Amino acid sequence: MAVKVVVMGCGRVGARVAGILDHNGHDVSVIDVDSRSFRRLPTDYRGDTIIGTGIDEDVLRAAGIGRAAAFVAVADGDNQNIMAAQVARLVFNVPEVVCRIYDPVREDTYRRLGLTTICPTTTVSAMILDHVIGAASPIGVARGDGSGGEG
Amino acid sequence: MYIIVVGGGKVGYYLTKTLLEEGHEVLLIERSTDKVETFVEHFGAVVIAGDGAEAATLAAAGAARADVVIAVTGEDEDNLVVCQTARQKFHVGRTIARVNNPKNEHLFRLLGIDVTVSQTNYILNLIEQAIPERSFVHVLNLRHADLAIVEARIAASSVVAHKAIGEVALPVDCVIAAVARGAHLIIPTPATELEPGDDVIAVTRPEQEDELRRLLCIEC
Repeated sequence: MAVKVVVMGCGRVGARVAGILDHNGHDVSVIDVDSRSFRRLPTDYRGDTIIGTGIDEDVLRAAGIGRAAAFVAVADGDNQNIMAAQVARLVFNVPEVVCRIYDPVREDTYRRLGLTTICPTTTVSAMILDHVIGAASPIGVARGDGSGGEG
Repeated sequence: MYIIVVGGGKVGYYLTKTLLEEGHEVLLIERSTDKVETFVEHFGAVVIAGDGAEAATLAAAGAARADVVIAVTGEDEDNLVVCQTARQKFHVGRTIARVNNPKNEHLFRLLGIDVTVSQTNYILNLIEQAIPERSFVHVLNLRHADLAIVEARIAASSVVAHKAIGEVALPVDCVIAAVARGAHLIIPTPATELEPGDDVIAVTRPEQEDELRRLLCIEC
C-alpha cells in the first residue's frame, strides 16, 4: 500500500531514502534548505521537493505532514533533526518518526524520551571495530561504555 | 543562584553581565573559542568554550547543581535541545529558552520548556503600540492564566458606542478593566458608558481577541 512519507534533509541518506520510497510507489516529499541538494535525487524521482527547514511547521504542512504515515529526519544537524522529529510526533501525530542523531549521548537522551533514533556514530563504529578486532562485542560498543574494545 | 547561560551573542553577553552585577554565580558557555577569550578578559573565569547542547559540556559546567539554565543562541533548535538536555539529564529545575521564530513559542511550551522569551514578539508588540493609528493593540500575554491584555479604541461606528458596559454583550471570559478617556482613567462599573474615542483596557482569552476587536472597533 502506498503511504505518504516526508523526508527532511536531502543529503546522501535523505536522497537515497526518498528515491527508494518513490521508486517503490510511495508518495514522497523531501525537504531541504538548499535547492541544489535535490540534484542528489534519482533522475526519475516523481515526488515533491520543498525548499525550507523542517523545524518550521508551515514548511512541514506544505510537505503534507498532516497525512504522512512516516517522517524521516536526516538533515545534517542533530538539533534540527531532534526538533523536527518532536514537532512531527507531538504536533502532527505522525505514526512513525525516525530521527538521525550523530551524538551518541544525545541519541540516548532522546531515545529515552521515546523518539525512534538512529546513531550512525555508534553503529558504524561498531561495524568498523568488528572488522578490526573481530572479537569486539558490538553491544558493548553500541552502549558506548568502552567495554567493546576490551572484549 | 547558580545560572548557566548558553550562547554568547549580544543577548548572552549582556545577560551574563547583568546577572553577574546582581551577584549571581554565572557560567557562560560559548562555542567560539575566540569569543571565549574576549569574554574571559571582560568577565574573568566564568566562561567556557563548548557546545551547550552536548551533555559533556553541561556536565563540565556543573549543570547538576544549576538552579537555572538559559539558552539564548540564535538557533531555536539549539536552544530547545540545550533546555531539554538540562532538564532530562541534569534535572535542572528551571529552563528558559530564547525563541527566534515567534511560531515556536507555543511549541517550546508543549515540549516542556518552562519559560520562552521571544524578542521578535516583544519588538513587534512595542512597535504595534507605538503606531498611533492602530485602534486595537495586544499589550501583554499573561502566560500562566492563558489570558491577554489588549487596548482598544472605541470606534464611532462601533455597536458599543454610547452604551453602558452592563448592556454590552462582551465575548465570554472577557472583562473591561479600565477606560481611559482623555487624561482620565476610569475604573468602570456596569453603568459606565463607552464613548467613541475611549481607550478600553480589556482582559481576554487570546482566542477571543478577534471577536473583541470586531465588537469595539469595527473600523480597524
